Amino acid sequence: MDSAPKGYAMGESDTFLIISEPSTGVVVIAPTADVDMSRSPMLRTAIQQHMKPSTETLVVHLEDVGYMDSSGLATLVEAMRTGKATNTNLVLSAMGPKVLAIFEIARLESFFTIVAGIDEALQP
Amino acid sequence: MKNLSLGVPMIHLPDGKDPYIGHEQEFMDTTPHIQIRLISDPTYLCGVREMVASVARRLGFDDMDCSKISLALDEALCNVIRHGYTKAFDQPIWIGITPLEPNAESPGGIMIVIEDEAKKVDPSKIIGRHLEDIKPGGLGVHIIREVMDSVRYEPRETIGMRLTMTKRVVREENPPRLRDHLPGFVRKADAASKRV
Repeated sequence: MDSAPKGYAMGESDTFLIISEPSTGVVVIAPTADVDMSRSPMLRTAIQQHMKPSTETLVVHLEDVGYMDSSGLATLVEAMRTGKATNTNLVLSAMGPKVLAIFEIARLESFFTIVAGIDEALQP
Repeated sequence: MKNLSLGVPMIHLPDGKDPYIGHEQEFMDTTPHIQIRLISDPTYLCGVREMVASVARRLGFDDMDCSKISLALDEALCNVIRHGYTKAFDQPIWIGITPLEPNAESPGGIMIVIEDEAKKVDPSKIIGRHLEDIKPGGLGVHIIREVMDSVRYEPRETIGMRLTMTKRVVREENPPRLRDHLPGFVRKADAASKRV
């Protein structure tokens, strides 16, 4: 790809995120692998595309995310801010203990709505 | 000063008079046991994370600490890529890993040294943002300092920066014993005391 930065390895960009709309006004974005500096821009783009006034709830489903770094955390902090502007609820579901640890290190866990599973996230 | 080869550039450890780290006498060996050179491409961070987590596990860290150590390494590398090399993805980074010897408080630990050829920065200017300020970014340095026991930034002698960080294994108060995991296992002394 000509637009890629010099030396940047390509791949997996079309399989990293599963995006679904289980009901009107609800969007679920599920990363399928670790969220780090190489992948968080993809998550950020997806969130920006779906974080709009017609989206009542945006769920980031983290069941398959075993690792997240501060770039992923920054992406979610930005999403939380955007959600306040668009009146969209941001919900994080199925967060594992290692991902929760980075929220705790940054002392951000209390600022997010974090639920145990997708069923709870989709409850009206 | 001791010169230790770490890829093309040399890493210099203090001769013992420099009080900054004081760990040199604790190294099992003065040469890093693992040396890696990679380019500043975020794609390869996953491999480095998994390698250091595996090594940390063998050095005695529990699963959560292994994850946190690999997080600290990842954040340090991201800072080199993002701020040092301003997202140029073809620049060199060297990583050295050395175990720390046991001492009275700990059964061992890990020292990680990261070197680059990016612009030199005054170490006193490398500070994380205040956590009360909820905004994206600026968390990497805070995470590194929170996770690791000691963190030191310094300019390299020629070009670039060096980050040296260490973490020790916390000794368990009551480590599990074999019999805790074997149903029906009875120590010889216990069995003898029951014989009449």
